[in-house]
Amino acid sequence: MFAGFDLDVIQRSLPYLFREGMTFTLTLTALAMSGGVVFGTLLAMMRLSSLGPLSWFAGGYVNLMRSIPLVLVIFWFYFLVPWIGGWIIGADRPIQVGAFWSSVITFTLFEAAYYCEIMRAGIQSIPRGQVSAGYALGLNYWQTMGKIVLPQAFRNMTPVLLTQTIILFQDTSLVYVLSITDFLGAASKVAQRDGRLIEMYLFVAVVYFIISFAASYSVRRLQARIAIVR
Amino acid sequence: MKYNWNWLIFWEPAPDGVGVYLSWLISGLGWTVGTALAAWVIALVLGAAVGTLRTTPIRWAVRLGNMYVELFRNIPLLVQMFLWYFVLPELVPTTIGDAIKQLAPPWGSYWPAVLCLGFYTSARVAEQTRAGINSLPRGQSMAGTALGLTLPQTYRYVLLPMAFRIVLPPLTSEFMNIIKNSAVALTIGLVELTSRARAMQEFSFQVFEAFTAATVIYILLNIVVVILMRFVEKKVAVPGFIGSAGGPQAGH
Repeated sequence: MFAGFDLDVIQRSLPYLFREGMTFTLTLTALAMSGGVVFGTLLAMMRLSSLGPLSWFAGGYVNLMRSIPLVLVIFWFYFLVPWIGGWIIGADRPIQVGAFWSSVITFTLFEAAYYCEIMRAGIQSIPRGQVSAGYALGLNYWQTMGKIVLPQAFRNMTPVLLTQTIILFQDTSLVYVLSITDFLGAASKVAQRDGRLIEMYLFVAVVYFIISFAASYSVRRLQARIAIVR
Repeated sequence: MKYNWNWLIFWEPAPDGVGVYLSWLISGLGWTVGTALAAWVIALVLGAAVGTLRTTPIRWAVRLGNMYVELFRNIPLLVQMFLWYFVLPELVPTTIGDAIKQLAPPWGSYWPAVLCLGFYTSARVAEQTRAGINSLPRGQSMAGTALGLTLPQTYRYVLLPMAFRIVLPPLTSEFMNIIKNSAVALTIGLVELTSRARAMQEFSFQVFEAFTAATVIYILLNIVVVILMRFVEKKVAVPGFIGSAGGPQAGH
């Protein structure tokens, strides 16, 4: 069944796959993770806030994002971002947003909902007494959060945050629906041009597997180390 | 800059001449639900079996189960979809491969999508099942052994009845995930809800109406699942027993 299996096509396209495709995938993952963690933490703080409208807004946003498919979210933002951008700068037509920035915005805002839930659990895992102690010392909200609660919350949640990032890394392959050249997109273009679907898709699967497996293995090691310290 | 809203678009005839745009979305919803349900059956059966195996004292079974879970968890769903759709028919014997390729239009992408989602989700169900069984006090399986039950009997009469109740809430979110993940099947040509919304946007140019409708339908679907599962949870609850399978989890 592997007769006529052409390894040469993989070798020929390696520079394209990694220099164009994997670079895009990794850049998108890194940007969306950084943005997602920042926005997610802010959302979590809003969600736990005692101000009704804030927590209501954050809760609604998170639940909305978590109840619709990522593919639909990608389409939503692909069409929505140009309109919002045009509205912000007061242009009379929707502005042009490149596929790259469109997908960065999409994944940042989508993953923020998931990071938010993780950070919320992290913040809630810190005993209330610590917050009270912060206030008793005369610290304000931002100081209490920034100096007492969040550092511990981040530390406690590091393994889950990293696991979510591995999922994000895998999910970025869905930019395929916008015909973007990420790792899978690049492989798919080569596969269709050369009629070598089997080789290319199997190769993509193996590469994704190795990266994700190695990453999740390291996260498990880290988790074990953190667990002993606590 | 002005967007022309037209909420009546759903009642305008669709370009295929059969119905209105709304009927497109409803047919898409049907395929989404049909795909998710069929895949859920595979996911539950395989996931429960693999998850249970991973808690047994049988070494090779645990290792095999771990490999199974790692395999399906570490490859993106979209790539798995392509493997089932493009690659599998080429790797099986030619006669079977040709038979697969000649399936009539909706089924040709329906079955690969069902199998892909089923196996992908089964790995996640296996994780939940294992966590559920491991969350039971060790004394329970020891008590089973002490009573003279064999290993299968201990699982059948002592551990699994409790474990399955514990994993019901996480399984609810897995079921919602399978509904959401079925949208990925549009890449292999399954005309489910998201794909219908996209087609409606392409033909009618009413981008935001189409996506809003799909979003609302997905949310309603989620609510229905939550209500159904709450009913099931109440129905099977053991009085006085409160269980939980653990803390926060990553997801998508």
